[in-house]
Amino acid sequence: MHGGNRNVKLSEIIQRLGLAVCTHPERGDTEVTGGYSGDLLSDVIANAQAGQVWVTIQTHSNVVAVAALKDLAAVVLANGRTPQDDTLRKAEEQNVILLTSGMTSFELAGKIYEMIKEK
Amino acid sequence: MNGGTFRREFEVTGGDFYNAGRVSTEIKEILRQIGIAAPKIRRLAIAAYEAEMNMVMYARSGKVLLQVTPEVVRLDVNDVGPGIENIELAMQEGYSTASEEMRAMGFGAGMGLPNIKKNADRFEIRSEVGKGTTLEIEVRL
Repeated sequence: MHGGNRNVKLSEIIQRLGLAVCTHPERGDTEVTGGYSGDLLSDVIANAQAGQVWVTIQTHSNVVAVAALKDLAAVVLANGRTPQDDTLRKAEEQNVILLTSGMTSFELAGKIYEMIKEK
Repeated sequence: MNGGTFRREFEVTGGDFYNAGRVSTEIKEILRQIGIAAPKIRRLAIAAYEAEMNMVMYARSGKVLLQVTPEVVRLDVNDVGPGIENIELAMQEGYSTASEEMRAMGFGAGMGLPNIKKNADRFEIRSEVGKGTTLEIEVRL
């Protein structure tokens, strides 16, 4: 995202969109600079930027590796998907915030985009 | 490489998806501690991750040697594995030999090697079928 956007706190997004918090609920203060949506890990590794929220339907533990490596603000698992047990464990260990939602990736991306474009 | 070189070797285990990404994350942290500029770290992290994932997906075992001098960051990646039959094809964006299962996990988009090349100032790949693959990746500082 480019200059002129407003950084939003993760807790605002969680509250407004009614996201469920799976790991690190204490870190709602995390600043979100933008978002990225995608399920191909190479694409996310190449194109997501630090501080963004990543919306995906992937639920396996490598999602955590990608989020940690890219310093992403959080991962939102879309479409009612839930993290696998080892994904949860790894996210706890590696300090990655995992969120879930019943909305589709499209809806989530649209709503998060609107929040960041506001003001 | 001469004096003032930082050197560290990492091991990667083929098929270990749970730990996949750990080596590249560690490399990123080391580069950050050394004080390498963020844009260079971003490129190296992408290259290291793709190299690590290729070994997790295809190789039996592998090693990454990280070397940092005042001029360059270099990754030497060596694996013991099936090797690559047609490197030219493997370097094409979109080409992948990944299984259906790996694709369903979001791997095998055929972006791995092209992503490494894109993010390196120098990139070389050699492979011997039935033995393994070697990558040399450099980002100049």
